[in-house]
Order: sequence, then structure tokens, then C-alpha cells
Amino acid sequence: MSTVAAIATPNSSGGIGVIRISGEDAIAVADKVFRSVLGKKLCDIKGYTALFGHIYENDTLIDECVTLIFRAPKSYTGEDVAEISCHGGMYVTQRVLRAVLAAGAVPAQAGEFTKRAFLNGKIDLAEAESIMNVISAQGQQALDAAMNTLDGKLSREINSIAATLTNVSAGIAVWTDDPDEDVPAAHEENVKEKAQLAYEKLTELLSRFDSGRAVTEGVSAAICGHPNVGKSTLMNLLTGFDRSIVTPVAGTTRDVIEETVRLGDIVLRLADTAGIHQSDDLVESIGIDRSLQKLQTSQLVIAVFDGSQELSMDDIQLLDECKNRRAVAIINKTDLEMKISVDTVKEYIPDVVYLSAVKGEGVKELQNVIEKLLGTAELDTSSGILSNERQYACCQSAAESLKEAIDGLDMGVTLDAVNVSIDYAIEKLLELTGEKAREAVVNEVFAKFCVGK
Amino acid sequence: MKFNAGEFDVAVIGAGHAGIEACLAAARSGCKTVVFTITLDFVGNMPCNPSIGGTSKGHLVREIDALGGEMGKAADKTSIQTRMLNRGKGPAVHSLRAQIDRRRYSAYMKHCLETQDNLELKQAEIVDIQRAGDIWELTTKLDAVYKAKAVILATGTFLDGKIYVGDKCYQSGPDGVFPSLGLADSLKKIGLPLRRFKTGTPSRVNRRSIDFSKLELQEGDEKTVPFSFETQEKIENTAVCHISYTNEKTKQIILDNIHRSPLYGGKIEGIGPRYCPSIEDKIMRFAEKERHQLFIEPCGSDTEEMYLQGMSSSLPEDVQLAFLRTIQGLENVEVMRVAYAIEYDCVDPVTMKPTLEFKDVPYLYGAGQFNGSSGYEEAAAQGLVAGINAALKIQGKDEVIFDRASSYIGTLIDDLVTKGCNEPYRMMTSRSEYRLYLRQDNADIRLTETGHRIGLISDERYNKFLNKIELIAEERKRVENTVIAPSEKAAEVFIKCGTAPLTTGCRLSELIKRPQLDYEKLKEIDTTRPDLSDDIFEQVETELKYEGYIKRQRSQIADMRRLEVKLIPENINYDDVTGLRLEAVEKLKKIRPVNIGQASRISGVSPADISVLLIYLGKGN
Repeated sequence: MSTVAAIATPNSSGGIGVIRISGEDAIAVADKVFRSVLGKKLCDIKGYTALFGHIYENDTLIDECVTLIFRAPKSYTGEDVAEISCHGGMYVTQRVLRAVLAAGAVPAQAGEFTKRAFLNGKIDLAEAESIMNVISAQGQQALDAAMNTLDGKLSREINSIAATLTNVSAGIAVWTDDPDEDVPAAHEENVKEKAQLAYEKLTELLSRFDSGRAVTEGVSAAICGHPNVGKSTLMNLLTGFDRSIVTPVAGTTRDVIEETVRLGDIVLRLADTAGIHQSDDLVESIGIDRSLQKLQTSQLVIAVFDGSQELSMDDIQLLDECKNRRAVAIINKTDLEMKISVDTVKEYIPDVVYLSAVKGEGVKELQNVIEKLLGTAELDTSSGILSNERQYACCQSAAESLKEAIDGLDMGVTLDAVNVSIDYAIEKLLELTGEKAREAVVNEVFAKFCVGK
Repeated sequence: MKFNAGEFDVAVIGAGHAGIEACLAAARSGCKTVVFTITLDFVGNMPCNPSIGGTSKGHLVREIDALGGEMGKAADKTSIQTRMLNRGKGPAVHSLRAQIDRRRYSAYMKHCLETQDNLELKQAEIVDIQRAGDIWELTTKLDAVYKAKAVILATGTFLDGKIYVGDKCYQSGPDGVFPSLGLADSLKKIGLPLRRFKTGTPSRVNRRSIDFSKLELQEGDEKTVPFSFETQEKIENTAVCHISYTNEKTKQIILDNIHRSPLYGGKIEGIGPRYCPSIEDKIMRFAEKERHQLFIEPCGSDTEEMYLQGMSSSLPEDVQLAFLRTIQGLENVEVMRVAYAIEYDCVDPVTMKPTLEFKDVPYLYGAGQFNGSSGYEEAAAQGLVAGINAALKIQGKDEVIFDRASSYIGTLIDDLVTKGCNEPYRMMTSRSEYRLYLRQDNADIRLTETGHRIGLISDERYNKFLNKIELIAEERKRVENTVIAPSEKAAEVFIKCGTAPLTTGCRLSELIKRPQLDYEKLKEIDTTRPDLSDDIFEQVETELKYEGYIKRQRSQIADMRRLEVKLIPENINYDDVTGLRLEAVEKLKKIRPVNIGQASRISGVSPADISVLLIYLGKGN
């Protein structure tokens, strides 16, 4: 059976998210995205053991994680299984899943792990009965989802891409199936032009996925800074109520506090962190470690500085951490006299926003900068947005298949082979609307061309 | 008075293209077989176009041949012009097409049946079939009663056939032959769901009345290729075809008289094929098209009758003559046979298994147009499969199912029995998802093994085939191990072909993969090339050039076959399967798939339903 992957934990922000990969190539797929800190490969370790390390998509670090290996038949599904436990939060977990899918796994169908478990004799009869009901319910949901989650704009866009390709495919089909007929020849340049156009549209749709996610599901953002620069006040300003305990005593926030806030079109999953500095207090030190961790795994860093103070060593350390990351520097306390060296800050973080958390000024500027940083400013909300990983995976395969068709044309591959790649792309796109590709092509042939004896 | 006329293993009703392959396969498998035809002078008749093959149909003929069928051999013996279509568009879509001398083809087939051991060919109209205990009783119009263990229905367009020309209509088979009346009623009594389909044919005209000087010429290939893997002698082209076009005047005459068409006038209830539209259909549906092409094809070597491909019509005779005479080259045309539409009874093929046996009527099989398909080749393919399986079942052997990845034959049958059809079904290359692998050039490689196993391919032919396979493997090994070094001569060849010269040594196999190069072009620098036949080189070249694609198709095929071997018991009660969605239950009950693979291709059955079904079956139900 093919190797499948899915998020095994509930689809919500939790402490930990688990991505389960099952099948013949499960461990090999995991090895493609996972780099252990010890430099060990997952394929070299025994079942029931784990490695600590990081997940990469190509060369981009996504998250740190623990990967646990189960070897067939001793696993839930009875197949080789790799379970990647990463930091909870829907976005990170989804990105890890996507990396895993890109590495060769296919998305698991509803109830697939359980089905495999049953087929491999891991679950008994009584359990199977109840599981069938669950699968059925999930299947219905998935079916409904296929129809409904494709919102109007997206389905129009996908249908239009599929229609372009169906037309190309039908053109090739009729040209090959009715060679003697008076039908237009399928020209390589024309096929390529349309495939290229469809490919570009798909790539655009795929690239909007991340920005779209920022809009629909939110972006993890860590508020970091030296103690008492006003991080919690900022958090409260953005959330609109006193979520963090604000006191004038430095080090009040000892743990990471998370809150989801809406800033214009973007949803930010804000984490207010303990102030980063050297501390002898054990509890506080743990909090500071978590802050650093949060800073490293967040998609956006909001670094807060006290404008009324000169930059401290702790500030410089923070700035250094933020270098080359998606970060915005907030110069807080603009209501007081400015002593900070803004030029120094800009060397590390080019995007600087002046703000008075106490007075509530500068929020609009912050929003603009964040929108710019996340690319949501350019996000055209009137165009379709892929809304889940399944849609993303389908479009991704379609795009890859089109790329193959275009490359094939460049290399001089004949149209019969090129058309197989195009048909595969159509199949993947129509999977989202529940149509069958071959029938669509045949219908197009009869609708558009006058052929026959 | 009824009398007992004999007992047989297999009885085939109809000796058209489906019936021929069905009765030959059964007889050659050792079954005592009888085949009935309404007239002995119409065995293997071609009531429509005088040609065999064409895109995807050529594939079918090659596959039939690899399984020991007769169609390819008959076509090779009686062709008058052949062309390999789509050369230059890639090997997957190469298709052989031949113009046939239709009288000679019919004579060849009649003689073939007459000389076949275990087979009796009879002129008789079967008017009733009934199950009597564990045997079928077939009654002829003259009250002869034949007994048979299995019956194959291959009635073509004869079953309650009705011909339409303008406002005239009458009961008839094709080409002025009697229709089959009465049989349909007994089939309905057995419980077969019959329905009406329609098709049509253009007029035939006298060659002497055509002005060929005004027509485009279409000649056969210089280098001809046979259909059959067994044909040794060279195929000669002795005839040519011509092309002409309709024009504004033709269109106007048709539009002015469209109310006189039985179809547009609402008299025909049968459903016609979209791909075989009448000229009036073409003009109504594609109003913007200025002209429509037609082919003028000879019907044989010793006749002046010419077939006008593209001009099928059911308009009145006077209108037909008027519009034909507007066409360039046909200004003085003399019509010999008038074009007509024909309506006939056929069955809904989803009531059949992939063996073409009816699910609810054991030992009864259907093939050809009776199953809702169209085309001689589609018919022959089904006849072969029905004949093979009827014989196997009677002999208590395992039946043979051809899956979608095995052949166009399998694709055709799977489409029919899984999706059904709302119009006569025609094979098309775009219907096969595995078409880069299902090529006409490798039909023998795909199917000879099966043909031999079921006894339709002789040991002699099989050994020749094994030898060919070995030669291909050896040659493949050779090109993979041969390194071509850079040289002046090599550079010259590469530059001439528009590809980069070598800088270091390169495997010959890698060079063959380059789109700009092929076996022929590499001849000069491939000094160790053995003297092999072209088909060996062709196989190696195609497999190399398509390697990446074929590899992927093979892995898709492996995935598909994993589901194909999971059988669904015939007595499954889908109402008992907890968790199946209602829509899925309805569809599964209707189609009753034989395995999970077939179930997964039914529209309205979701992957989740398949999971539920797998679990249900896994439980040991």
C-alpha cells in the first residue's frame, strides 16, 4: 500500500501536534524531512525509539520535534510508522505535514490509519464495527467538504484551470483519435502555452496558500523583549483585555501566554513571553528558555524595546536573535523621552514601529508593517484561496504534473506522453470537485469537435 | 411441430463480428458449438464502413489477434489499402487502419467458420430461448429446437431492427436483410433490461458517376504493416480513397428539409451516438462550421460501390440525392443504396459481469452492439471474451477477466459493465489511463501468455513469441552496456540530428532516449548492432524513450491490481454493511461489482465507502 500521512492530533491549537506517517516508505519519507541533532538517521534506529531534531522543508527550518519510530508489524497500523511530535498549533503542524507530503507521502483518507490497522489484523472484530461508522461519518464529511469548502471563488478558479486543461487534452485527443478528420492540429506551442498558463495560475494559487492561511488560521507571533519593556501591555492592547498580568515588577510573566488576536485581516496567535535576560531564578529561567524557543519557532517575532532607555546587552542579544528573521521592532514608550539608538535597531531589524502601548498609539502602523511582512498586503481577497492541506496537495500534484508536461515539451517528448501528464493534472484538480477526468475529456471532445463517420 | 435438432455446449446467436469471434473461441477451446445467422450470405458483413482498425480500434484488432482471434488475419487477407495512422504523434497513438474488400472479408469469415472443427454454422432465425432445467433451449422460426449449455447473444442491429428514411420506416435488419423478431420478447421474459439505441449509415454510390479529378487523393502507406502478429506475406495496397467537402449549398438543402428528418421530427426514440453523427446532426450542432469533410472509400475490388464516410443521414431519399449533388465531384452522382438510420434493441451492460455473462442469468452471455457498443472491432473483442469465458465455465475452469491495465479490451469491457453507456460506446485512446503502456506494438507482449494459457495460441506460436521476448531482452542489455565514444563521425551524426555532440563516452541506451535520436539515426555509429527484425528494435526504442512514463504507469497499474484481486462475494448484502452511505448502497446493488477495484470506479462510491467495504470483507463476511 502507498505511504500515507496525516495529522493524528485534533485539528486545533494544542500543546503538541503529531504527524503520523504509515506505510512501506514511512521511515524513508520521515528521513527526508527530519534531521536529528545527533546526526543519526531514522532508518538506522530500532522500533519504539525516538530521535530529537528538526523538521526542514527543503532547507527551511520549520520546527523542532521528536520523531518516534515503530517498525512493522509492531505499530498501530501494523506497518512501518513514523510519528513526528512537533509544537502544537495548527499552522506549524500543517507545515510539517506539507513537508512530509512533499517528501513522497500521500494524504491519508478519512479513517485510513484505522482501516490499515484493521486490515493488518491489529484491531479486533468488535472494534471494526464501530470504526466503520466513524469512517463513514468522516467520509460523508469529506465529501461534503469537497463540495462546500471549495468556496465560490476558489472553485471558479480551479474549474477555470481544469477547463483550460480539459480543452487542451480534448484537442490532443481528437487530433490523435480522428487523424483524418477536419479538426485543428494540436500544436506543441499551443499546448505548452496553455499548460504554462495553467501552471502559473496554480503556482499563484499555491503561493497564496501561506498568506491565505495567515488570514484564515493565523500566524504564530512571539512578543519578545527585555524585561519590563511593555510586552504584556502591548499584548493587552492588541487583545483588548487584560490577558497578561501587568505589574511594574520585572519578570512578572514567567510562562508563555498565548492569545489569538485579529489585526486588520490577519489573525495573530500571539505568545507573550517572559523577558529575555540572564536570571538566577529557576522558575524564571525556565520561562526564559521557553521564550527563546518560542522566538525560534514563531513565524513572526515582535521585538519590543523601551524607547526611553538605551539599548542593553540583553537588547542586543535579542536583536541578534532576530537578525534575518521575519521580525518587527517596536520602539515602545514613545510617550517618554527617546534615548534608544534607532539606527542600531534598524541594523538588525529593518522594520521599526513607534508605539505607545500605554496610550494605545501606533497600532495601525504595526498592522501595516505586519501585513507587509506576511505578504497579506498583496493578498487579493477577491481571488480564491486554498483552504486546507488536501486542496493544497491536489493542486501541488497538478502543478508538478504540468511542470512535467512543459519540461517534456521542451525536451521534444511526443504529445501522446505529454497528454498523459496533462490528464493527470486534470484528474487531480477534478478530485476537488468530484468529477472524473477521463469522462470530462471525452465529453469535451464531443461538445467541441465535429467528428465521426 | 417442434423437433430436437441437436445438443451443443455453446450456441451463438448472430454471425457478425462479435458472433464470429465468440463461436471460434468456444469451438477452438474444445466446446461443441453452433452459430446461427439469419442469412449465410452475411457472415461477417460490414453494413457500415468498409474498413477495419483506426485509432484505438487498431489496438483492439491487435489484441484480439494476440489472444488467438480471427479478425486481424481476415483483415490482412482482404485489405485493399492500409495506413498506419498518427505516425509522428508518438508510438502510443499509432493505429493501423485498413480498407477492406467487404465481400471477400465476408467470404473469408464464412469459410473460416465452415472449416472450423467443433463448429456448425446454420442459417436460421432464433425466435425463442428458454431455460429448461440446466440447459438452454433455442427454437428457430421453423420449430427446430437446439439445446445448449451456454448461449451467447450477438444480435447486432437485428433485434427488432427498424429502418428510418425520412417519413418512411419499416422493420428490417441492416442492408435489406430480415430483422430478428420474436427473440426480443423471450429475452424480456428472461428478465433482460432491453432498450432502444440507434445508429446510421451513409449512402453507397457508383464509382463511375464520380468526377475524381475534383477530389483530393488519399493513398495507402508505402511501407505496410499487417494486423496479425502471424501474417508473414506483404500487404499490398491496391486501392485509393478520396476526400471532398460539403459546402453552403449542401447546408442550405439540409436546413430547408430538416423537418423531414425522423430524428428532428421526433419519430425516432432510440439514442444515437455522439461520435457518429448524421450529416444533419453535424449541421445542426455545429452551425458555425462552413464545411464538413467526407471520404469516398471503395467497398471492394470487384464492385463500383463507393462508401461516403461522413454522410450518414436519415433524411428522405430525394433530399439525400439533392444534397449529395451539391458536393464537388459528386455533381452527377448515382446513389446505389440510400442512407438510413436503424433503431434496435440492446441491453444495459451494467447487468453483466466482466466475463460478459449476465449476473442474474447464468450461462447467458452478450457481445457486441447488443451490449450497447458500436464498431466491428469493439464487437469482435467482446465476442472473443464471451466465447472464451463461456467455454471456460462449461469446462469448469477459472474464468478470465481482462482488467483495464491488460488491454483496450479490458478497458472497453470495464467501462461497459461498470459505467454503462447512454449511447453506443466507441473505443477511444483517451478512454485508457494506461495508454502509454497499452500500445498496439506490444499487444502480443501483453496478451500472448494469456492466449496460450487458455489454449487459443498454439505452442508453436507461443515459442516464437518467447524467442522474440528473449531477443528484446538481449538487445536491451546490449544497448545498456554499449558505450559510444566521442568521435568525428558521432559528432557529425549528432549535429545533423540537432543534438549536442558527446564530450565523454555515453551509453547507447541514453542516446536512444534523446528525442532527436532513434535507432535508425544511430545506425552508423552503432557498430555492434545485431541483425534483428524491426519490431525488436521498435520495442527496445519505445520502452527506452518512454521509460519514465511507463515506470509510473506500471506503478499505477500495480496499485490498481491490489484492489482488483480483492473479490466481492456474489451473495453480499449491501444493506448489511454498516456505515455505507445510502447512495453507495444503491449504486453497488445496481452494478454488483466483482471486486473492490471495480467498486472503486463506480461513480457515487467514495473512498470512504471503499474503506468500509474492505473492512466488512476483511471481517470474513
